[in-house]
Amino acid sequence: MEGLHLEYYLVASAVMFFAGVYGFLTRRNLLTILISIELILNSVDINFALFNRFLFPGQLEGFFFTLFAIGVSACETAVAIAIIINIYRNIRNIQVKNLDQLKD
Amino acid sequence: MDYSHFIYLKEELSLIAVIVILFLYDIFGSRKSLNYFQPVACLLVGIHVLLTCCPARATLAIFGDAAIIDQAPGTASAYPLYSGMYNLYPLGSIIKSILATGTLLIFLQARGWLEEKQTVIRRGEFYLITLFTLLGMYFMIAAGNFLLFYLGLELASIPVATLVAFDKFRHRSAEAGAKYILTAIFASGLSLYGISLIYGTTGTLYFADIPAAVTGAPLQVMAFVFFFAGLAFKLSLVPFHQWTPDVYEGAPTSVTAYLSVISKGAAAFALMAILCKVFGNLVEQWQAILFWTTIATITVANLFALRQQNLKRFFAYSSISQAGYIMLGVISGSALGMTSLVYYILVYMFSNLAAFGVITIIERRSGKETIDDYNGLYSTNPRLSVVMMIALFSLAGIPPFAGFFSKFFVFAAAVEQGYYWLVFIALINTVIALYYYLRVVKAMFINKNETAIAGFRSDGYTRLGLIACSAGILLLGVLSIVHGEIHHYSTGW
Repeated sequence: MEGLHLEYYLVASAVMFFAGVYGFLTRRNLLTILISIELILNSVDINFALFNRFLFPGQLEGFFFTLFAIGVSACETAVAIAIIINIYRNIRNIQVKNLDQLKD
Repeated sequence: MDYSHFIYLKEELSLIAVIVILFLYDIFGSRKSLNYFQPVACLLVGIHVLLTCCPARATLAIFGDAAIIDQAPGTASAYPLYSGMYNLYPLGSIIKSILATGTLLIFLQARGWLEEKQTVIRRGEFYLITLFTLLGMYFMIAAGNFLLFYLGLELASIPVATLVAFDKFRHRSAEAGAKYILTAIFASGLSLYGISLIYGTTGTLYFADIPAAVTGAPLQVMAFVFFFAGLAFKLSLVPFHQWTPDVYEGAPTSVTAYLSVISKGAAAFALMAILCKVFGNLVEQWQAILFWTTIATITVANLFALRQQNLKRFFAYSSISQAGYIMLGVISGSALGMTSLVYYILVYMFSNLAAFGVITIIERRSGKETIDDYNGLYSTNPRLSVVMMIALFSLAGIPPFAGFFSKFFVFAAAVEQGYYWLVFIALINTVIALYYYLRVVKAMFINKNETAIAGFRSDGYTRLGLIACSAGILLLGVLSIVHGEIHHYSTGW
């Protein structure tokens, strides 16, 4: 563990998080948007495992939260992909610019 | 682990029992017997509502636990179960029974849509998925730990996406579903990042232990802001509201009703509970954030609602601004605020479900959903028009109806804490809101139309639902006992 401080990992996870937010706001394809969101969720998992390992090594709360978060994000992805497939069946396309039936 | 605690989870357990029964019925029921699916579902949920309405104290008395009974409501009402993972408190039972009643009303209205040719084969799924989201909201409300809260939040939002995209062959429904699920995951990602930072700075996830470690350090404030942003997405507060109109317009109307009332009510209650219990030390920060979000929410939503033609879109913006009014109860952070929040959700539920009931019927019978289509509705469907008028008057807050009293109480709660400007701006906005609600009433009663929607009779269940909603709107404001009872349980909560 020498030389590897908490901060390094935290910076990595923060970069992942904001890369995910940036991707969510700028991508123009439903699947890449979904991948960006996965980046956000994974950065959270890293954070939890990290805090537990470095700051509170005596307990397991963070690790458990990570496990649950991974499980839930798998469900989220499954539902999202099901809906995206449904859109593809309807319009043969998953570009955001084609989702324009609902707007002001 | 103490298994006797399971007795106290009567709301959750009875709901799970209902879900299991309906699930087995859906799988093993013969084609003919499945025609009775809706009455059976309504009956079971009705029994469940009665069971939840039975006050927590009475249940405790039956099963006998002196330690809990001694805590009379009004002194220290939250009783932790499973070493603090789950909180048992009377007000939680009240809000749960309110949400269950709302779900029952939606089940009553959903029949027409679910009996259609394309959806009839998936009829059972609608009821099951809806009840699962309700279960998620129960956990969210009762949670005493961020892990359980997060699981409840997800259980309450992922299945809703499948409901929004329920009409598989209608592209608008799928589009709304995609928009909903992507924003929902994004929002929960933001919340989670906030929760992870809270865990990092406090070392615990239990609501009871966090306040002692919250010192107002910058990292904690940042964590709180992330967490709040995530919940604000669910509540569709401005500036996190952009998904709302699209999703509300594209979703099947019964699902829109569910989203606008039940999901929103549960999220608002959970938000207030967490703000007061967990972030009590950051009260200055969150009151400042809420102050500006509330102003933005009410004003922006009202201005956008002015120019809507599609009724479902119109009600989306209306529900955003109503969420702003609910925030007036949250910002006070007092017992009075809690009372007015629960009361507001109750009244808002009846008003909005009455309006959505009318929209559902008319959309199904005529396929029309813009305001101009409602021209001259009174001449052909007088009773529906009157129900719609009562609902809109209640939403706008016109005195004899319950909506006036609920608005009055949230304003009172905010004024009590000295938010005069906030209440003043909210009052100006009620006038704007009055204008656009009356626009619909004018279309129905005053505008003449040669080709008004033809008169028809709706089925008994829908009528029962609408009558219940109208009765709620007319009686809730007058019966002061309802407000008094809620207040009794929220003091010292």
